[in-house]
Amino acid sequence: MIEGAAWRRWVFYNIPLILFVFILLFPFYWMIITTFRPDGELYRPWNAANYQPFWTNNPTLDHILYLFEETSFERWMVNTMVIAAVSTVISLFCGVFAGYALARLNFPYAGGLGTAIFVTYLVPQTLLFIPLAEIIRSFRLGDTPWSLILTYPTFLIPFCTWLMMGYFKAIPKELEECARIDGASRFKAMIYIILPVAVPGIMSAGIFAFTLSWNEFIYALVFLSSPEQKTVPVGVTSELIRGDVFFWGPLMAGALLGSIPVAIVYSFFVEHYVSGLTGSVKG
Amino acid sequence: MALVSIRNVNKVYDGNVHAVKNVDLEIRDKEFMVFVGPSGCGKTTTLRMVAGLESITSGDILIGDTVVNQLPPMDRDIAMVFQNYALYPHMSVFHNMAFGLKMRKFDKAEIDKRVRDAAAILGIEDLLARKPRQLSGGQRQRVALGRAIVRHPQVFLFDEPLSNLDAKLRVQMRVELKKLHERLGTTAIYVTHDQVEAMTLGDRVVVMKDGVVQQVGEPLELYNTPANRFVAGFIGSPAMNFAEVTLSASGGKVWAEAPGLKIGLPEPVARRVGSRNGTKATVGVRPEDLHVAGPADPAELCFDVEVEVIEQLGSEIVLDTRAASNAFVASVEPTLRVRMHDRLRLAINPNRLHLFDAATEAAI
Amino acid sequence: MAVTAVSGVANRPIPRLRRLEDERWLALTLLAPTAILLGLFIAYPFFEGVLLSLTNTRVGIEGGFVGLKNFEKVWNDSIFRTAVWNTFWYTGVTTVFKLALGLWLAILLNRHFRGKALVRAFILLPFIIPTVLSTFAWKWMFDPTFSVINWTLFQLGFITKRINWLGDPDLAMASIIVVNIWRGVPFFAISLLAGLQTISPELQEAAAIDGARPWQRFWYVTWPLLLPVTMVVVLFSVIQTFADFQLVYVMTGGGPANATHLFATYAYQIGIGTGLLSEGAAISLAMFPFLFLIVVVQLLYIRRVETR
Repeated sequence: MIEGAAWRRWVFYNIPLILFVFILLFPFYWMIITTFRPDGELYRPWNAANYQPFWTNNPTLDHILYLFEETSFERWMVNTMVIAAVSTVISLFCGVFAGYALARLNFPYAGGLGTAIFVTYLVPQTLLFIPLAEIIRSFRLGDTPWSLILTYPTFLIPFCTWLMMGYFKAIPKELEECARIDGASRFKAMIYIILPVAVPGIMSAGIFAFTLSWNEFIYALVFLSSPEQKTVPVGVTSELIRGDVFFWGPLMAGALLGSIPVAIVYSFFVEHYVSGLTGSVKG
Repeated sequence: MALVSIRNVNKVYDGNVHAVKNVDLEIRDKEFMVFVGPSGCGKTTTLRMVAGLESITSGDILIGDTVVNQLPPMDRDIAMVFQNYALYPHMSVFHNMAFGLKMRKFDKAEIDKRVRDAAAILGIEDLLARKPRQLSGGQRQRVALGRAIVRHPQVFLFDEPLSNLDAKLRVQMRVELKKLHERLGTTAIYVTHDQVEAMTLGDRVVVMKDGVVQQVGEPLELYNTPANRFVAGFIGSPAMNFAEVTLSASGGKVWAEAPGLKIGLPEPVARRVGSRNGTKATVGVRPEDLHVAGPADPAELCFDVEVEVIEQLGSEIVLDTRAASNAFVASVEPTLRVRMHDRLRLAINPNRLHLFDAATEAAI
Repeated sequence: MAVTAVSGVANRPIPRLRRLEDERWLALTLLAPTAILLGLFIAYPFFEGVLLSLTNTRVGIEGGFVGLKNFEKVWNDSIFRTAVWNTFWYTGVTTVFKLALGLWLAILLNRHFRGKALVRAFILLPFIIPTVLSTFAWKWMFDPTFSVINWTLFQLGFITKRINWLGDPDLAMASIIVVNIWRGVPFFAISLLAGLQTISPELQEAAAIDGARPWQRFWYVTWPLLLPVTMVVVLFSVIQTFADFQLVYVMTGGGPANATHLFATYAYQIGIGTGLLSEGAAISLAMFPFLFLIVVVQLLYIRRVETR
């Protein structure tokens, strides 16, 4: 690259970048500091003389304890984890196979089907949640994890399919042709040769799908009603706000703890996640 | 081992692109048959139909005496080496070679023995634990070959296997392939666009163009008696010289005339021409069949040219020359002293003159 | 080498009937699970939604056919009109800022510097942390009494009395827009960064040698090459933002006084909150023509790029 003097680098690159990072991360800092701040400090008006926003000298675990003792937070975590994991597995299973068929096989209407899946990729959850709630009810799945495990794939499968199509297209056709000549059926060639080669793609799709499931809100909000069945985002929203009263300490503690699993998964697979993200927008 | 019969086979894509037209061939048991032609000539499509990777639009393909038209590739008992080798990137060399045997449910001991035997033949015993990405181009090539030979298939199929190698390695692998075929004796079909490979490797060579077989024969047969102008131009390097001529009979001789050129056709050729007086034709003569005219050369086989480019190859000199509108490449003795823009008199070896019909391009 | 006739394959006379060797059957089999799930939970609800919107169903009361009455009612509803306006405003403003800031950030990141991988990983956090959870952090930051933003502005001398961020309709909308931009910028930045990285630095150097100034290099070399990625990213983001729900639901719940509703939050309030299912379905479906238009634009664009 073409670079200039040091002061230019600071003015045009480093300082703006530091500002970006600061603003993008500050809410998380705020989440953390609130989690460990005692209520007395928390509800001190911002114009009070001893308001000390960015630090606390009396850290406390009260909010976290409240979360575990007074709410079903651990249930919400388990629910979210199970629902996200199972719907991710289902979506990968469907998406990998569908992506393979659309990218590698010649069959009538392949183009039309590809377009159809792309279009469903763009259907937002908020378009269909009301009729879907009725359908869930009529299938007697309301207020069960199944209501989410079966509906999350509707937005995960198109994404996985789309991403996997891109990966499969990049794998040379000769690999499976060679496998077929070596004595593998089409299906075996896919299982033994193409899928192992596509593992990075499958990982990306899986991690992305997992974070998307963890993030989903409106279906969980509408389909689940009893506190024991809720996912973290819905549980935090509905159980830690009573009317107009916000339990900010536990709320932030819940937000922090609820973010940790995604953050951990993400930190281990940053590269896969990024390639999933950039793969998803490749036309 | 087996013979392969290709009977009147056609391939039409999407109902309009006719890629292979009425190909009718017999590849004998243990034969090394080379398909050669420019890209898009249908040679690879033919090979892929034998492999079962493309469906056959009409006609029959037999391996041994089984019609394999409907047989999926896995049941054809063939092995194929691809241009990009198609090594399975997630498997070690050993497992790459063992894959075909595993799919056919061989027992472990037999797989191990066969892989080691094949590795020994190819000199890749040390590489068995490596992954394909840790191998050089030549080593990958050997693994691809190894994967084919462990299977002891009825037929080997090669799809331009050497074209991803550098020039030096290509020559070396060519020799090794020849030796390997000698040793294994398996029927082989080899597709290439490189006529040198075709000439050096093939027991017989099939020349194809636009989906049509132009000529089938042993390498020297193609070289010495090409069936048509295309084969004549495709086989041999530097390529044969051509000149569009008009035929005329006078003084008991048949003359071929073009601007800057008047050649009396030698007796056998003249006889074949018969009474085509006044018709158009194409004269063909290979660069090595031209030499600088001496006193012994009859005048009717000589013509004057101007030297345009001199290529010193050491063993010979290749001259790019011009006689009016016709360009001639001549390969002459390395001892000749010649400079650019010199005028020379070239003579044709009368026994090696080819004549082609102007319309059909078939040899006369 | 002798023929070891171990393989029984050679003499197998007739091919076994293997349907999965036929590409069409294999494709059908591989696509079946996807087709069933998507059919059951996308196509079916869609038709069900259209039917629902033509009845007067409420929770627990099976309704009868009423034609386009729901749509008529919604059209005359001033809150719905506000929601439509809000949705377009929200989508338009956030997209412009996300693109501009995202591109800026992508350019800042498209260099070699120490800790680049770490910075990139941290920058994506707003995008991967569940929206509802991070939005709560913002809501807490915007809290009228305990706002850290107010404190900062006060300390810097910009304000003298508190600002009630989420209590005033315009400020509430602005707050929501800020949070959406905050969440969306990483997605734009990382996607555009990937696009930038596919552009060979030699092109920049060639343009520099041809005498192009930095701004000209960006405008004539980088931007045209980045345009395809940009288009796709923008269209994705537009759809997501247009149909957004969580952010507004948490920040304002559509308030104050229904001033910040989007299509989705209003549909939720009517359909689930008040139980007027058919009317809620109608509001949701009102998004469809716009979404459809965006999807068509996207498909046409992709097709154009592919055939080019």
